[in-house]
Amino acid sequence: MSRYKIHLLVCGGTGCHSSESNLVYEMLRDELERKGLEKDVQVIRTGCFGFCEKGPILKILPDNTFYTQVKPSDAKEIIDEHIIKGRRVYRLLYTDPETEEHVPDSKQMDFYKKQLRIALRNCGTIDPENIDESIARDAYQALGKALTEYTPSETIDLIKRSGLRGRGGAGFPTGLKWEIAAKNNADRKYVVCNADEGDPGAFMDRSILEGDPHSVLEAMAICGYCIGATKGLIYIRAEYPLAIKRLKIAIAQAQEYGLLGEHILGADFSFDVTLRYGAGAFVCGEETALIHSMEGKRGEPSNKPPFPAQSGYLGKPTNVNNVETLANIPAIILKGAEWFSSIGTERSKGTKVFALAGKINNVGLIEVPMGITLREIIYEIGGGVKNGKKFKAVQTGGPSGGCLTEKHLDTPIDYESLTAAGSMMGSGGMIVLDEDDCMVSVAKFYLGFIVDESCGKCAPCRIGNKRLHETLGKITAGKGTQDDIEKLRNLGSVIKDASLCGLGQTSPNPVLSTLDNFMEEYLEHVHDKKCRSGRCRDLLYYVISKEDCIGCMACKRVCPTHAISGEKKEAHVINQDVCIKCGACMEKCQFDAISLMNDYPRVSATAAQTITES
Amino acid sequence: MSQKINIAPEAFEYMEKVTGAGGVEVKVNLPKEKIEKINSICDAFGNDPGELINVLHEAQHAFGYIPAEIQDIVAHNLHMPVSQVYGVVTFYTFFSMTPKGEHPVSVCTGTACYVRGAERVLEEFRKELQLEVGETTPDGRFSLNCLRCVGACGLAPVVLVGEKVYGRVSPDGVKAIIEEYKK
Ligand SMILES: Cc1cc2nc3c(=O)[nH]c(=O)nc-3n(C[C@H](O)[C@H](O)[C@H](O)COP(=O)(O)O)c2cc1C
Ligand code: SF4
Ligand code: SF4
Ligand code: SF4
Ligand code: FES
Ligand code: FES
Repeated sequence: MSRYKIHLLVCGGTGCHSSESNLVYEMLRDELERKGLEKDVQVIRTGCFGFCEKGPILKILPDNTFYTQVKPSDAKEIIDEHIIKGRRVYRLLYTDPETEEHVPDSKQMDFYKKQLRIALRNCGTIDPENIDESIARDAYQALGKALTEYTPSETIDLIKRSGLRGRGGAGFPTGLKWEIAAKNNADRKYVVCNADEGDPGAFMDRSILEGDPHSVLEAMAICGYCIGATKGLIYIRAEYPLAIKRLKIAIAQAQEYGLLGEHILGADFSFDVTLRYGAGAFVCGEETALIHSMEGKRGEPSNKPPFPAQSGYLGKPTNVNNVETLANIPAIILKGAEWFSSIGTERSKGTKVFALAGKINNVGLIEVPMGITLREIIYEIGGGVKNGKKFKAVQTGGPSGGCLTEKHLDTPIDYESLTAAGSMMGSGGMIVLDEDDCMVSVAKFYLGFIVDESCGKCAPCRIGNKRLHETLGKITAGKGTQDDIEKLRNLGSVIKDASLCGLGQTSPNPVLSTLDNFMEEYLEHVHDKKCRSGRCRDLLYYVISKEDCIGCMACKRVCPTHAISGEKKEAHVINQDVCIKCGACMEKCQFDAISLMNDYPRVSATAAQTITES
Repeated sequence: MSQKINIAPEAFEYMEKVTGAGGVEVKVNLPKEKIEKINSICDAFGNDPGELINVLHEAQHAFGYIPAEIQDIVAHNLHMPVSQVYGVVTFYTFFSMTPKGEHPVSVCTGTACYVRGAERVLEEFRKELQLEVGETTPDGRFSLNCLRCVGACGLAPVVLVGEKVYGRVSPDGVKAIIEEYKK
């Protein structure tokens, strides 16, 4: 990197790519060429910076300038002003929402201050399509170190001592997993990287693969060395074309450099990696389903045991690890188990990458030490709730997780505390919800997802979740009863107990955790036929404002069900029991007296009677 | 997700005898080029049953969808019952047995997009295109589908038309997007 004086890092992650960062890249290069600066200034297309909300991102080194929402048409000004005249383009700098000041140096941004980047260490700093840049940042050194200085069992021991646990959801200790696979003797073994990332709204693994593919390849080779496997497979979603492209390039470059293939680094160790594609099935993230899918079959899970470490791909011992888990490995080997285990909480070591999304100011990707609180994540890193709305909940763990509320804001986050709070770590999706979100609808949304994605192999999940979804639909339509709430609870716990795989065993969590934390919203839907957020359309009411109605009777005449009553020149009233919500009255009223509300003035039973009769 | 089974009209225009990899003869109604294409895809993967999903990915890429006839040929080449191929095609949402429109519209209904109002955007597309999810317009120009997270959650709600990504789509902006492709 050194022969250039200045580096322009343009984000090439999916978020920024979608908002034309590739054009920004091209324009910057054109402009530099036009000015004859291409020998002094290098333009690099990197992986995700994490600050996707304000993309496309352009970072300039060495002065750490952080430009946001850069358009292709800004390229000329950036080169003329910043590069040639040395003046920052202020209008493109990140503005601190609180002080409303421009923040020139990315190190001073609240978004980055509390982050600690291990798995994401190279995302946004290197060109992922150029292996030399990865190598300049120590890629494949850990593999070299393991091959020359440690035996496989010493390497496994080091991983065990680091305390690393699986980042794919379950949190199983990684070193232990490798040890089990190493102990099972077989003529062939496999290392599998789980890059299926099915949780909708999470994009941690994708960003690692797009921004730093070599860290994953290196870790797979290290794992192969430890467990005695010579073949690695990456199971990646077909929906991630950019990550697939970069992985293919990375594999080819690593093979060319002799870092994958026969006799790696001259050692008596051979290892190669190939790609397998998913085809849009959430359940294929589950390891046994994933293995069946790699064998070309329907991705249905099977009972454990046997575990993949005993009998996995093609019946051979197989070690399955998540992308983020693997990305941590090289750093642990280079910096030591003690360094890694000094970060985090007692039982959860290291960092976790989260994808922040939903009603939060800084949607993006963050990596934080275990033990940080939700409050720090949401308010300090995430910049708080969007549009100054009131925080309601944060959903973690995707469709298998639950929601955390105000009262959990100060809980230090780790595997155990999240489970204790009725949610789970999951893969790292974090969806922030505000006062405008209806918790019953959110639960229904997740159940809808589960119904779509259940493989159908076992009845509790196939049928039970469908019933849960229907019942939630009944409640959001205003037709629910107290019995339905009981049914949700009972059925939910049966599904958890009786389902075959992790999908069914966790699928009722979004319902159960909203029942625990937001019972009052369920009760309102059921008894008052009211949705406080106004999200449930069937629980919105046409209401005539007493103040604005002049009593012209126009609405009364168009109402197809004669739901409106009132005398000339007097305020009219809509009988909600009769109204079919056709909206004709609102369209007719020329005085804006009718509006759609999440509640209506309730009258006592007898009074309601009189209105109907009149 | 359920899929409609629809046999392509051109399927009935030709009759060809294909010899599957095992020497078994099958009759399928497909133009010759298509048969050759799918045979060459199967060959490229060594007619290995373990490569079924990769073969289907290639087939979907080549034809835009995987009609029953293609499945017949794949099954014979890979030495497996058609039911198994059909089972796999219908299991994975990525594979489709119906052709997509010239401009396939996909609305992201992942969680991040959902909480930022994807449902209303989807409804607007349904109204404007007069399509239900999974359908194609009679003139074959547009089709409407949902997908779960393209990884651009920062731009939620996200809509894809073909490969082009539209971010921060509001219901009011739907018409303008469709207009772009109507010309
Ligand atoms: C329904 C379901 C979906 C899953 N999806 C994923 C996924 O997308 N990515 C992943 O790494 N693990 C996923 N898992 C967890 C895997 O089964 C497995 O535990 C994990 O890949 C092991 O890797 P780790 O020990 O490194 O976490 C899923 C599990 C279940 C039950
Ligand atoms: S729990 Fe659901 S996804 Fe898992 S095997 Fe049973 S039906 Fe399939
Ligand atoms: S049309 Fe409007 S102003 Fe006239 S009676 Fe109805 S609500 Fe009142
Ligand atoms: S919404 Fe329709 S049914 Fe209800 S009061 Fe108005 S016109 Fe009558
Ligand atoms: S994709 Fe550019 S910052 Fe995330
Ligand atoms: S949820 Fe729509 S892009 Fe991620």
